[in-house]
Amino acid sequence: MSQYKLIALFLSFALLGACASQDIPDPDPVDSTVGSEDGTSTDGMDGSGLGDGEFIDYDAGELTNIIYFEFDSYELGPEDAEIVARHGRQLADESRLSVRLEGHADERGSREYNIGLGERRAQAVRRVLLIQGASASQISTVSFGEERPAAFGSDEGAWAQNRRVEVKYTN
Amino acid sequence: MRKLLVKICLISTFLTGVAQAELDIVITEGIKRRPIAVVPFGWEGNSGNVPLDIAAVISSDLTRSGRFAPIPEDDMLQKPTSGVDVDFDDWSILGVEAVVVGRVVQTGDNAYNVQFQLFDVFGRDQLVGYRMPASRGTMRRVAHRAADMIYEKLTGIRGVFDTKVAYVTAEQRRDGLLYSLIVSDQDGENEHKIMESNDPIMSPAWSPDSRRLAYVSFEGNKSSIFIQTLRTGNRIQVSSRPGINGAPAFSPDGRKLVLTLGGLDGNLDIHVLDINSRKAQRITSHRAIDTEGSWSPDGRFVYFTSDRAGGPQIYRVSANGGTPERITFEGSYNARPRFSPDGSKLAMVHLDRGNYRIAVMDMKRKDLLVLSAGRQDESPSFAPNSDTLIYATRQTRNGVLESVTADGLIRQRLTSGQGDVREPVWSPFQRF
Repeated sequence: MSQYKLIALFLSFALLGACASQDIPDPDPVDSTVGSEDGTSTDGMDGSGLGDGEFIDYDAGELTNIIYFEFDSYELGPEDAEIVARHGRQLADESRLSVRLEGHADERGSREYNIGLGERRAQAVRRVLLIQGASASQISTVSFGEERPAAFGSDEGAWAQNRRVEVKYTN
Repeated sequence: MRKLLVKICLISTFLTGVAQAELDIVITEGIKRRPIAVVPFGWEGNSGNVPLDIAAVISSDLTRSGRFAPIPEDDMLQKPTSGVDVDFDDWSILGVEAVVVGRVVQTGDNAYNVQFQLFDVFGRDQLVGYRMPASRGTMRRVAHRAADMIYEKLTGIRGVFDTKVAYVTAEQRRDGLLYSLIVSDQDGENEHKIMESNDPIMSPAWSPDSRRLAYVSFEGNKSSIFIQTLRTGNRIQVSSRPGINGAPAFSPDGRKLVLTLGGLDGNLDIHVLDINSRKAQRITSHRAIDTEGSWSPDGRFVYFTSDRAGGPQIYRVSANGGTPERITFEGSYNARPRFSPDGSKLAMVHLDRGNYRIAVMDMKRKDLLVLSAGRQDESPSFAPNSDTLIYATRQTRNGVLESVTADGLIRQRLTSGQGDVREPVWSPFQRF
């Protein structure tokens, strides 16, 4: 089981690495933190730290705000769950903070149904925030479906960048 | 089936600038494009030129239907403007089945009469003759109306040339995407911007009287539903509840909207909103995604997309709520149901061997016919005559519009709007 997960993780990072090197034209990146996440994923590529599960080493200052999802999936991977949990603890610690969770889908299929898929992803993130003690009043969700792509293009590279939730601090 | 590709380029320049309508017509072999002559209209005016080339508009409409091949003006042996001058022998030599003649008569400063006659060449008989008053502002519609009457006489199918299409465009700007809601004539001319925003606009829907559009706007980073009156531009916000407000569609009586509400916990269910009272009644209740509600033409049922069985499939529920019944079983992905106005067919987005395509289900036989050939086709919408559908497809990066007859035999591409064009919805028949 854990071996399977590691392989899946490695494959997903390999995929992210491929996306980064593919240089998809993106004249208007939605959020500059996309770049730092790509940097993290290449750290994983050399395999160092794979054994002890410690290859993500964010310091508190650069907590990523974008969570990516697999095709047809609304589950947070373990490392993303930890990132979201840290956002949740931050919200729990500082009640003056509030976030808007923006869910997105890739372009395939029907637009309004994709709104539903983006919302499912935003809700998956919301649940983790609530579990960590954030209050419901600190969180709003919106799903843009496929309407606000982070990357343009009709290939898996672009789609993978578009299946995401952006955590935006509004206060 | 082998297909014959006929490429036609129509580039026309109009008063307000350059409006370009380009069209690729794919006609399945076996469909004969019937030869017809539309003779240039005569002009009896006080001064100046005729305000509009009526024959060119009629000719273009008939060509675009895919069912007619108007002959070039240069081939015409005579150019009569009235029925009494038609020499049937001259037309029979050319092999044309029917001849349209007519004239525009000025009756006032901005008042005209447009008259036309349609003749059956073999029967040497007038099929229809009609005169309509027009102004410079209404002359295009008058020309489309004439084309509608000619088309109906010759095919038995009601014409839809005097109808409109609403669609959404997204254009890349320096500060991001600019979204616009556009209404144009069905031939792509006469574009009007109804609304523009830096936040997404989605899911336009016509009211049954075609005077209003409902749509979803994400102004302020939340979704809400507006109804906008086209003539005045006034709009009212009819739903702005917490979470998702989406997928509006007017009931056949125009008093209600079916829509999708998500609530704080993001569970999308179908609701019916009374437009006057703003009261919403939930008609589905399931933790799956229920969305894209669409009324049956008799108003008794709402058909919708739900992934309660895993992937998205189409279900129906009584408009008052109750137990939903599954409608589609063929394939792993069927979404966005839309009825033909005559109730005989249901259009949808159908995953066909890895491609998202437009398909129609025959409501009697329950079989599915795939109509489009793209990889990511979406948003099917029937013309009010139930004979033709419009939908969005991809051309490289951008969305473009295509139309197809409900039997799949005649498919064509229409380039209208700037940037990425999506979500076309065909208007009901227009009152004149």
